[in-house]
Amino acid sequence: MNTAVEIAGVKFKNPVMTASGTFGSGMEYADFVDLNKLGAVVTKGVASVPWPGNPVPRVTEVYGGMLNAIGLQNPGIDVFIERDLKFLESYDTGVIVNVCGKTVEEYLEVVERLGEEKRVDMLEINVSCPNVKEGAIAFGQNKDALFDITSRIKKVAKQPIIMKLSPNVTSISEMAKAAEAAGADAISLINTITGMKIDIHKRKFALANKTGGMSGPAIKPVAVRMVYEASHAVKIPVIGMGGIATGEDAIEFIMAGATAVAVGAMNFHDPYATENVLNGIIEYMERYKVEDINELRGIV
Amino acid sequence: MSKKIKKEARVISQRMLSEGIYDMWLETPIAKDVKAGQFVGVYPVNKATLLPRPISICEVDTEKSAIRLVYRVVGSGTAEFALYQPDDYIMILGPLGNGFPLDKAAGKRAVVIGGGIGVPPLLETAKRLSAMDGSDKPASVSAVMGYRNSDTFLSDEFLNFAKLFIASEDGSVGTKGNVIDAMKACDVPCDVIFACGPMPMLKGISAFARERGIKAYLSLEERMACGVGACLGCVCKTKSVDEHSHVNNARICTDGPVFDADDLDL
Repeated sequence: MNTAVEIAGVKFKNPVMTASGTFGSGMEYADFVDLNKLGAVVTKGVASVPWPGNPVPRVTEVYGGMLNAIGLQNPGIDVFIERDLKFLESYDTGVIVNVCGKTVEEYLEVVERLGEEKRVDMLEINVSCPNVKEGAIAFGQNKDALFDITSRIKKVAKQPIIMKLSPNVTSISEMAKAAEAAGADAISLINTITGMKIDIHKRKFALANKTGGMSGPAIKPVAVRMVYEASHAVKIPVIGMGGIATGEDAIEFIMAGATAVAVGAMNFHDPYATENVLNGIIEYMERYKVEDINELRGIV
Repeated sequence: MSKKIKKEARVISQRMLSEGIYDMWLETPIAKDVKAGQFVGVYPVNKATLLPRPISICEVDTEKSAIRLVYRVVGSGTAEFALYQPDDYIMILGPLGNGFPLDKAAGKRAVVIGGGIGVPPLLETAKRLSAMDGSDKPASVSAVMGYRNSDTFLSDEFLNFAKLFIASEDGSVGTKGNVIDAMKACDVPCDVIFACGPMPMLKGISAFARERGIKAYLSLEERMACGVGACLGCVCKTKSVDEHSHVNNARICTDGPVFDADDLDL
């Protein structure tokens, strides 16, 4: 049975990855999961300098999911290379580094710094975080801005780049096409869906940031639809995510057209979620006698 | 730090301790590694819920491999927990957090201070402080517990381990006012404080301790998602650079929940 997949010439032992921001750099989950079993660890977004993030409360539960407005708190590229990348060196898994910035120049600085790092297999460019005032989603909601940042990053990147797209757009196909036209090696989607919750007892917003990104099983049908549309709009590989909790969910994304999948908010529900999703994929393949996971891609 | 696990625990017993406050003993292998002041994430079965509910550990019985949770029903998750019966199984994640640094009480007059639903974790803290011997032994152990009214749940259990002082907002029991009022009115002997409770209380304790040059260790609460330090949802402002992001935002679930009051920017 073959579970290996390939994206832009990079081989992953299986299609199960972690969604950026839900898994740190793997350290916090190494108690629970054998990181060597994962297709790739996709790290929390890293910027050129440390970012403090948003005020609390930053998280709140909603029906079938959660809202977050962390605001990309991160230690900056220096500490990230020194500590997080060093930690990942001892594991035999794919390493995809998520990159964020307020300006194109800030993205480029991080991308250039990572160019020297042999342990980094791919870069995922975060142009879709809904919780920061500058950068991120500002580049991901306009196809010209997305084209511009993608092509500029592609010029300096030493590793293949994945553009992480926002669902908070009118046409995901247009955005996917813009990323592809600008030279992106792959796209990943969906980032969280902008939402709001009001605490009626306190008569206040549940999050200090007022709005937050919704994730969890409740958003899965939206994500499957968008992965389907995006993967039919472009030829580059698609990494699908949004509410994946089980192997069956992952298979659904693969059938919609995804080459790989990422487990996000469910890591918070179950620290063993990534391994369970992988086991579920293998069980499905055994049950339906699927020889190669790649046979299922886009089958519907 | 002990390894965290997510595993079903067997309900040994559950009772309503007072209005809306429940008292549940769970049999779990986590019990053998628990420190006073640590907590567990407890999972509702309801599929519409995603996140574990952080609940502090009130007491530990290592012989029976059991932990005791005393919690308030505040929403649908905790309402579900209140329905559990003996021999039911409930999913928990733990042990989480750092716990109180009990070694700081060696030779000192220690005071545990709890307010409302912040009272439970201080019970195991008082128990362990009173059981210390040799050079670790505190000179004395006092407990100051603050409540709204005469519903002073758990307070009688502190009598086994500490000299007890009570404050109630309505004055029906002990000193009328808050825990600081009781500390002052009763002249509670104090060199080091371990506290858990609502933020205004913790701010008051922080100021009280600073004025008197007393060390205080405060257990904080915040909305959490993962409970293991990955999501960066539950942070608090610190004076020193935090270990994770180097931005003076420490993670309450892993760097805390207990912090040195001198290091907090409350």
